[in-house]
Amino acid sequence: MIEAFADWLTYSVFKLSAETHLADAVNFFVYDTIKILLMLTAIIFIVSVIRSFFPPEKVRKILASKAEFVGNILASLLGIVTPFCSCSAVPVFIGFLEAGVPLGVTLSFLIASPMINEVALVLLWGLFGAKIALIYIGTGLTVAIISGIILGRIPAVEKMVEDYVWELRMSETEIPKLSWRDRFQLASSHTQDILKRVTLYVILGIGVGAVIHGYVPIDFVATYAGRENPFAVPLAVLIAIPLYSNAAGTIPIVQALMGKGMPLGTVLAFMMAVTAISFPEMVILRKVLKVKLLVIFAAILTIAIIMVGYLFNAIM
Amino acid sequence: MEIKILGPGCRNCEKLAVDAKLAAKETGCTAEVVKVTDMKQMMSYGVLSTPGLVINGKVKAYGRIPSVSEIKKWIEEEK
Repeated sequence: MIEAFADWLTYSVFKLSAETHLADAVNFFVYDTIKILLMLTAIIFIVSVIRSFFPPEKVRKILASKAEFVGNILASLLGIVTPFCSCSAVPVFIGFLEAGVPLGVTLSFLIASPMINEVALVLLWGLFGAKIALIYIGTGLTVAIISGIILGRIPAVEKMVEDYVWELRMSETEIPKLSWRDRFQLASSHTQDILKRVTLYVILGIGVGAVIHGYVPIDFVATYAGRENPFAVPLAVLIAIPLYSNAAGTIPIVQALMGKGMPLGTVLAFMMAVTAISFPEMVILRKVLKVKLLVIFAAILTIAIIMVGYLFNAIM
Repeated sequence: MEIKILGPGCRNCEKLAVDAKLAAKETGCTAEVVKVTDMKQMMSYGVLSTPGLVINGKVKAYGRIPSVSEIKKWIEEEK
């Protein structure tokens, strides 16, 4: 139905002749924009309802009694469903440690939570298909679990956390009961909020993607940054870091580049770096982590992501 | 009456502070709206997800921005 609408708009309203680059680009743009915005609305709403069952106040209790490894796996999984915005990163970090959640487990949570978020997943699913979205979830979880385990095993890692963190004490509060009506209201305001924030980027991203799709030669990326170029993956990660967390704007562009020969490993590494490593997030984490641990944290995450890139470029 | 907004001062906290002031005004209640940005104090209420809303020392909501009518209801309860 969306396809029919996009065709009608392109060929009948704008009167573009089929098979031209322009018609191609316009058709692609209209179809993808409508599809992605509809998917975002539906999926953010559903995810928000699910999330209302997992506030961080509850999750810290679930994780408190878990040992390393099982804890890291569980923390990464809960990172997907726990509502989290970067302004809560500091209280969540402190609250987890205070409940006795091991440091490495807490860091697994803080890596998975922004990396596997609903906006990125919708765009991946809608533009790349379910298979790549699932590969992204799987590798993202693996990166979060392994990085957390490594970080937790650094000798005397506790001393690399700001001292005041260990002194804070948290009191228990009753977790407010939410009715289904509350949950739906919460989900609907959350959905509107996210849509307001990302719609412009989705349109811009798909627009640029459409131009690439229609005009850039088919082997463009393959020629310069294909599988054979060993610098392509680290370069993609470096480019991604300043694009902090703007999955909405970057994924459509990456999708178009994949059509021009960008290999899957490079695509995955780029997207993980966009969502998981961002400068503002590091500034926020600096409030609780000493510089040394922050540098190690960023380095391990970067290396893990680059390895994912090489691995998938080698096997796919 | 004392209304506290817990949070480091991001967009959501600002919005909640504005809504809380409006709710207080509409119920004709003389309430003081205070922003709590200090981590120690926030934790003392057991709140991790921001923004948190505390009325007369009781945590009413956190991790979301409640509607003005909800806030009004809580203000009435605490009157």
